[in-house]
Amino acid sequence: MTRTVVRASGLTKRYGTFTAVDAVDFTLEEHRIYGLLGRNGAGKTTIMQMLTGQLFPNDGELEVFGRTPAEHADVLRRMCFIAESQRYPEDFTPAHVFTSAPWFFENWDAAFAEQLMSDFRLPVKRRIKKLSRGQLSAVGVIVGLASRAELTFFDEPYLGLDAVARHVFYDRLLADYAEHPRTIVLSTHLIDEVSRLLEHVILIDQGRIILNRDADEVRGSATTVAGARAAVESFVADRAVIGQEALGGLASVTIDGRLDQRDRILAAELGLELAPVSLQQLIVHLTGTELDADSTEQEVAA
Amino acid sequence: MDDSRPIFIQIAEQVENDIIEGTLAEDAQIPSINEFAAFYRINPATALKGVNRLVDDGIVSKRRGIGMFVTPGARARLIERRRADFATLYLRPLIVEAEKLGIDVDELAGLLRAERIES
Repeated sequence: MTRTVVRASGLTKRYGTFTAVDAVDFTLEEHRIYGLLGRNGAGKTTIMQMLTGQLFPNDGELEVFGRTPAEHADVLRRMCFIAESQRYPEDFTPAHVFTSAPWFFENWDAAFAEQLMSDFRLPVKRRIKKLSRGQLSAVGVIVGLASRAELTFFDEPYLGLDAVARHVFYDRLLADYAEHPRTIVLSTHLIDEVSRLLEHVILIDQGRIILNRDADEVRGSATTVAGARAAVESFVADRAVIGQEALGGLASVTIDGRLDQRDRILAAELGLELAPVSLQQLIVHLTGTELDADSTEQEVAA
Repeated sequence: MDDSRPIFIQIAEQVENDIIEGTLAEDAQIPSINEFAAFYRINPATALKGVNRLVDDGIVSKRRGIGMFVTPGARARLIERRRADFATLYLRPLIVEAEKLGIDVDELAGLLRAERIES
């Protein structure tokens, strides 16, 4: 039986008339890796800040480890939140950060942190102000991994990290998670890169949850059908269409729902091409309407 | 691994392929969940699902405290199952494409034979 670590219902955060998080309901179960996905400004960071007691909700119920997180030290001590841009005191070096980390995280593993510093080739004696963007991100990633907090949040942790360093992060995360299971929430734009690490996906758009599903269920749950317009239209007639494009007599339509062998044979006989939709493409389809509106506005402005 | 189908199914198929090709002999131990997860860079829960699918199918069996092993007779059963799917998975698309190109059954048979001799 898995334990529920986070329970949110009707959770809401407003800034004046703007509703950043709009009555969302979700739970996070123990020992899973979650992807909290969505576009910029969707409300991901706001949700994580409420969960970690940095923001007070305006409405709704929120329990983390069975209690309201804000101002409860016993709850906060069990969590680690790595923000997109961590701030450190002036004159701090990475060495200072790692020396003070055990004061905040009771499960801190200094040997693991040491290993990660060499994996990321981090100059630990250099002042943080002088670090490159990627090295600064590495400091946060190391704190997030070595703290081994029961509930760890990585909010866009790898700004400026190169492909090699990102893979070091994925490998160390998986290996350490296997040995020390814990609940991890990854919020990122690099969806295709992390999609295989995730067990569960929560997709936020404009403050609401629009998809909350097992990652394996999401994979292959949508397909793009392309071919002659009439054939495509007859094939997708009774299906849930989530995106479409047309070019002359050709059409390309993305449908929700898994295809079985019979569908595939039918498609082949109609001369249609079937293409899988990756998690990232699916999310673009599901959250893309605003994108079109934005680009039109920009074109008008330009 | 591709992103079009659930990863756990692909993990199970990969092990099945290794058994059919003989890379994994009967009674051989298959990698652990964590080894699968690290190798394919996937969530361990996904790897577990893939292996459980093989266990449910009787392709591998658990030996408590030791690991997972290929069940004796697994190879023959897998081959039998793959043969049953061969027509729908491979012949059907081949025939559809051949018809599109105006290749009739006799010509197709000739092409198959020629290809086989070349390779």
